[in-house]
Amino acid sequence: MKPPTISRRELLQASGAAAASNLLASVASSAPPASTVTPQLIEAAKKEGKIVYYTSIDLPVAERIAKAFEATYPDVAVRVERTGAERVFQRIGQEYASGIHAVDVVNSSDAAHFIAWKRDGLLEPYVPEDVAKYYPDEHKDPDGMFASFRVWLCVIGYNTTMVQAAEAPKSYADLLAPKWLGKIVKAHPGYSGTIMTATYQMARDLGWEFFEKLARQKVMQVQSSADPPKKLALGERAVMADGNEYNMFIEKEKGTRVEIVYAAEGSPLIVGPNGLFKSAPNPNAARLFQSFCFSPEAQQLCIDAGGLRSLHPQAKEKPGRKPFGEIKKMKDDPASVEKMSGEIKAHYSRIFGV
Amino acid sequence: MTIALPAARASRPYRLDLSWPILILFAAILCVLIILPMFWLLYYSLVDRTGAFTLANFKTLIVDPIFVEPMITTLILAVSSSIICCAVAAPMSWLVARTDMPLRRTVRALVTASFVTPPFLGAIAWELLAAPNSGLLNKAYRAVTGAPQDAHLFDIYTLGGLIFVISCYTFPYVFVLLANALDRIPGDLEDASSILGGRTWTTARRVTIPLALPALVAGALVAFLQAMTLFGSPAILAIPAGFHTMTTKIWSLFNYPPKPELAAAASVPLLVLTVLLLRAEQLVLGRRSYSVIGGKQGDPRLIRLGAMRWAALFFVLVVLLCPVFLPYGALINAAFSPVATSFVSFDTFTLHNIRFVFFDLSATKLAVKNTLVLGAAAATIGTLMALVIAYLTSRRAIAGYRTLGFLATAPVAIPGIVLGVGLFLSYARPPFVLYGTLWILLLAFVTIALPAAYQQLQSAFRFVHTDLEDASRILGATRLRTLRDITAPLLRTSVIATWCFIFVGVIRELSAAIMLFTSETKVISVLIFDLNESGDLGAISVLGLIMLAITFAVVVAVNRIPGFSEARLRNA
Repeated sequence: MKPPTISRRELLQASGAAAASNLLASVASSAPPASTVTPQLIEAAKKEGKIVYYTSIDLPVAERIAKAFEATYPDVAVRVERTGAERVFQRIGQEYASGIHAVDVVNSSDAAHFIAWKRDGLLEPYVPEDVAKYYPDEHKDPDGMFASFRVWLCVIGYNTTMVQAAEAPKSYADLLAPKWLGKIVKAHPGYSGTIMTATYQMARDLGWEFFEKLARQKVMQVQSSADPPKKLALGERAVMADGNEYNMFIEKEKGTRVEIVYAAEGSPLIVGPNGLFKSAPNPNAARLFQSFCFSPEAQQLCIDAGGLRSLHPQAKEKPGRKPFGEIKKMKDDPASVEKMSGEIKAHYSRIFGV
Repeated sequence: MTIALPAARASRPYRLDLSWPILILFAAILCVLIILPMFWLLYYSLVDRTGAFTLANFKTLIVDPIFVEPMITTLILAVSSSIICCAVAAPMSWLVARTDMPLRRTVRALVTASFVTPPFLGAIAWELLAAPNSGLLNKAYRAVTGAPQDAHLFDIYTLGGLIFVISCYTFPYVFVLLANALDRIPGDLEDASSILGGRTWTTARRVTIPLALPALVAGALVAFLQAMTLFGSPAILAIPAGFHTMTTKIWSLFNYPPKPELAAAASVPLLVLTVLLLRAEQLVLGRRSYSVIGGKQGDPRLIRLGAMRWAALFFVLVVLLCPVFLPYGALINAAFSPVATSFVSFDTFTLHNIRFVFFDLSATKLAVKNTLVLGAAAATIGTLMALVIAYLTSRRAIAGYRTLGFLATAPVAIPGIVLGVGLFLSYARPPFVLYGTLWILLLAFVTIALPAAYQQLQSAFRFVHTDLEDASRILGATRLRTLRDITAPLLRTSVIATWCFIFVGVIRELSAAIMLFTSETKVISVLIFDLNESGDLGAISVLGLIMLAITFAVVVAVNRIPGFSEARLRNA
């Protein structure tokens, strides 16, 4: 695979999941009007009684959100179907090919998936009131098909009992030092949307040579981007080359001896939109759930209990965490990820062997 | 034996004998179960994206290093596991079957425990034990020796580690075959050797070992097949280490963008090799039955080990540490510990994981329900089918009985993951969309269970004399009525044992289920696999212990059936 040229990076000014759609779509928005949660909607959702949420968010966090929803609407049960974003995408594709419509609401850490689902006409337009009122344009689809439910970074990290702060890597380049041979854990872009998105951004900005050199460090290859922080917490590896910032916050605030490193080159920005499926078996409960997800309460829960970043202006960042604005980020580009994901997976497999 | 007969009826109207429709029905079911998926598998392996004939898929398999390397790895893995299993199982089964070593029954029970432990669960437990840095054994090693932080005794994420874990849960197959063979060697032959002046060791060398050798070779082949076709353990241990085996490679071909043609082609070598090896096993086992037939069977003689008894017991218990004591301990520890690989203490003891699995994890209820429903349904249908087919073949009730027997044993040659691929290709598209329902999993589980169930029940039929059935037939009952009123009650114990055997097998099945599940049809094994990929080890431990509890409840229940000898499960 040829690394994309710099000009393409500069070409894409807009950020966020909707970037590509913004560029392609006409200026006029065809999104439906904002929907409020009405008693009729709640009643209809109650009748359906359940909602199935396919998501790639780390399981304990996803179940927290589900439990919060159930506490607000006790008659609607949430079933969380959690796996890596790339698996979510494959599963939905496989299920839809067999005429199985099980998913109501989907959340993916690979924003590129929404481009594909939207193109295939699978998504249902629905704009929760909070999204219409408060969310920046680059974080909502102009046709109302999806909006950025959560935002976070893919970060480097280390276990503080195994590595002194002064010794810790400061950048991706530092990870290639011989002292980290056999001490690094990283997650897989064939499973995790976070890592898929991050691999694209890093290959673009650092070149594939970086990954070729990293592979020579004999990394421990896990699947989910939620797993490297857990492996650090166990003390199984000293350093993680990639993984969820939000899992690191959760671990740190639990008292686990781990520390986050925002790479000098910039940390890959990950956006995880939420969307409704047109053939959802529980369409009303799906709407109710979608509205709930973008409410200030749910967004605050994502921040406080889930370690995530929110785009809702009423949600407050948690003290003690590095403010989002102060961190150097790599630019996200879902449209390019969508085009190149097959190539990225194949290239990655050749380099790392799995 | 006397049988109470109902008063003879005055008239005996003609009753329809259903044997022919039954034969046709069962042959048709078996064809759907076996031939259809294998047909689609072969078909897909020979076409390209557009459906045109091609050999390109097989060419890729031979040329592309991403396939060649897993193939070589798989061969190394299968050969090494097979050798290790034999090296461990041979002395153990001899000690248990032919010597006066203490606790022989307990040892057999513990081997049964390792036999029913799902291999993927064992693999996860060994991650907890022997991950190079966080593994409990390595931690203990560093604590005892004061070795530096990055020193380790074991690294489970290596080919060696994988071979070790697979051997842990494969050696029971060899043990069972060998112990059964040793049980059956007539004492007379050994007595003859002693009378002629042979000493204990001469007798063992000249009589016992040659008679047990065919079983050992058969065991080696079975172990080879197990190691080659296992999916869970390599997926858990090989991928973190950066390599694939054939089964994990096949599975990865279904990740987006899916390549079913290549997956089908990659399944073919596994299928062919299995068929060939099973044919070899038949040839080997055929010789054994020839060698031990004849003469009055005397009880096998127990060799007195003297003081060595305790050394022998020590050896056996050390072996059993690996598949049973250590992994179970690690799982229990992780279930109640806040950090999966920290030793739990009174201060750190937590019920958090239990609470999470039972109250927070929304997939638990459905997965447990699906598992139990599928287990019960597959066990019931599988037992019924095996019963009818075993009856038809053992009584040679109908002309096509050989074909039927062959079809019922054929699935043994289909590795779980290959069957999964075949069923997926057959039933994921119209006109027969079973994908997304429990039916497709049921088909898979019944197919996988059928050969063993059939063999168990067929051997059970040999103990029921045909006189009783003939009497019933002479008195005018149809075959089916005879089967129901005479044969079935006499076979009750075997039938229940077979049912439980299938049930336990279904609960631990992963390699076919991983290809066939959807969100609505998830089973516990798949849920555990999912959780492993996101590193939720505490939740896995709890679910794994639930799984083991269900399994052992069933095993204990079987052993309590009056008249049930342990031999039944050992035959598995």
